[in-house]
Amino acid sequence: MKDIAVVAYSQSDCLAQAGVANEVELIMPQLRAVYDQVGINNAQDVDFVCSGSCDYLQGAAFAFVAGVDALGAVPPIKESHVEMDAAWALFESILKIRMDQADSALIYGFSKSSPGELPIVLSQQLDPYYLAPLWVDYISLNAMQARMMLDQGLISERDMAEVVARSRNNALANPHALLKGEQTVDDVLAEDTYLSPLRRSDCCPISDGAAAMIICTPQKAKEWGVPYALITGIDHRMETHNLGMRDLTDSVSTRKAAAAAGVANGQIDVAEVYAPFSHQEIILSRALGLTGDTIVNPSGGVLAGNLMMASGLSRVGEVFNRIVAGEAGRGVAHATSGACLQHNLVTVLEAV
Amino acid sequence: MSEQTEMITDIEVPIYLQYNFTAGRAPSKFLSRLKKGELTGQRCPNCANVYIPPRGSCPACGVATEEEVLLSDKATVQSFTIVAIPIPNNPIQPPYVVANLVADGANIAFIHLLSECVNEDVHIGQRVQAVWKPEEEWDYAMDNIRYFKPLDEPDVPVDRIGTVPFEGLPLAWED
Repeated sequence: MKDIAVVAYSQSDCLAQAGVANEVELIMPQLRAVYDQVGINNAQDVDFVCSGSCDYLQGAAFAFVAGVDALGAVPPIKESHVEMDAAWALFESILKIRMDQADSALIYGFSKSSPGELPIVLSQQLDPYYLAPLWVDYISLNAMQARMMLDQGLISERDMAEVVARSRNNALANPHALLKGEQTVDDVLAEDTYLSPLRRSDCCPISDGAAAMIICTPQKAKEWGVPYALITGIDHRMETHNLGMRDLTDSVSTRKAAAAAGVANGQIDVAEVYAPFSHQEIILSRALGLTGDTIVNPSGGVLAGNLMMASGLSRVGEVFNRIVAGEAGRGVAHATSGACLQHNLVTVLEAV
Repeated sequence: MSEQTEMITDIEVPIYLQYNFTAGRAPSKFLSRLKKGELTGQRCPNCANVYIPPRGSCPACGVATEEEVLLSDKATVQSFTIVAIPIPNNPIQPPYVVANLVADGANIAFIHLLSECVNEDVHIGQRVQAVWKPEEEWDYAMDNIRYFKPLDEPDVPVDRIGTVPFEGLPLAWED
C-alpha cells in the first residue's frame, strides 16, 4: 500500500463574519498558499482534487460547485466533493492515491456559516422523520450530552472550564484564532450559563473561512523537495442517528476508529481533536486513549475558531505543522461530524 | 386508541431557514454599477477573458480577477431557446426567448430574455441591445434590463462570437 505524505497546509483566519466575500474569494488565497508551499501553479499540477463543504451553511443549492471556480479546471481536472468536513475529502483523496489513480491530491474545505442561524441550520442534519422536524438546535443537543456527563459524575464543570481556559491560552499563539486570551478556570466558571450546563465559552464560535492541503506519495514529495509528514493510519466510524440508542457519554466510534488507525502503536506527542464543546474534548481524549504525555489542542482547537467543513482538515494540518517544525514526532488528528460526535475520523501522522 | 392503526405513508415537514446572503466582493461591485445602469465585468490577468457577472475568479485559470471592465449593453446571441411551457409564479407568458448573450467587451455569456422579436427569426450570431427600465426603477438587479431586442446590424460569425470589442461592429474582419 502506498504511503501518504502531507506536504502543504494553509488555513485562513477564523472570522466571525467574512463580510461581503463569497466562498470563491475565501478559498483562493488558501489554494495559492499551498501551491506556493510546494512550488506548483494550480490544480492542473496535482492528479486529484477533493473538497468539503455544505450547501446548507450558505443556504444556496449547489453552492459547492461555485468552489470549483477557484481551481482553474480548464483543461478538465479530476475533481470530487464531499458534503462533509474536508477531513473526509482527505480520506477520499487517500483512497484515490492508494488505488493508484493519483500520486498527488489537493484538498480544501470552506464555509461561510455566519449568514444563517447555524445551531438551527445544523438541526437539519438530524434524522428527517423524528428529530429534524422538532428543530432541536445543535447547542441544546450538546448541552444535553454535557448534562449526562455531569449527572453521571464523569466530568465536573471545573473540568470543562479547564478545557476552555487552556484553549484560550493556547490560542494566543495561533494567529488564525478568533477567541483567545489569558483566561483562568475561575474566570470561565464565573461566567453565566447560556444553555445549562453550557456557558457561552463552552461552545465553539461561529466562524467563516477556508483551509487547503496537498498530499502525495513520498516519492512525489521528494520530487517537489519539500518537508513532509506521513499519514500512517486513518479510519472513520459512524454511530446511529438515533440519539436514544447511543451512549452519549462515550465516543464508541472514535474508539473504534482510533484502534483501526493504530493510535496506540506508539507515543502520541500531540493531538488535535475536533471538540466543538468543551466536554467533548474530554470524551474524545478518553476515547483516543490519550495520557498526560500528550499535548492536546495546542492550536486552541475549535473552541478558538470553528471553520465548519474545514476544521477537521485543520486538525490534520495543525499536527502536520508541528511535525514538520520538529515539535512533535507522532500525532493524532480527529474530525467529527453530526450531532453529539456521531461520526468520527482519526488520522495518525508521523515524522519521516 | 383504535384497534387498527392506519399506516402512515408520508409526513409534511416544511423547512424554513433564514440567511443574510452576501453576493461576494466582485459581484457586489458588479451590482453597484448595475444600479447606475452600467454593465461591468472582470478581466482575468492570465488569459484576458472578461467575465460577466464577475465572481472574483477566472474559473478556467484558477486565478483571482481584479481589473474591472466597462461593457456595452449591446450583445451577440451565443445560443437561445424558445420557452413554450409556463413556469409556476413566473409572470412571463410563453412562448418567450431565453438566450445566452455575450456583451460587447466581454468573452463569456450571461443569460437574459429576448423580446420585440419574431421568436422564429432569432438566431445564433444575432446582434441585440438592452431595453432598460426607467432610471428611477433601477435596483441592484439584472432585471434593470427588461430584455434585449434585435439590432439592425450584420450577424457575428459563429467563430467570432465572444470576441466583439466594447466599440462593437464593424469588426476588423469586415474590411
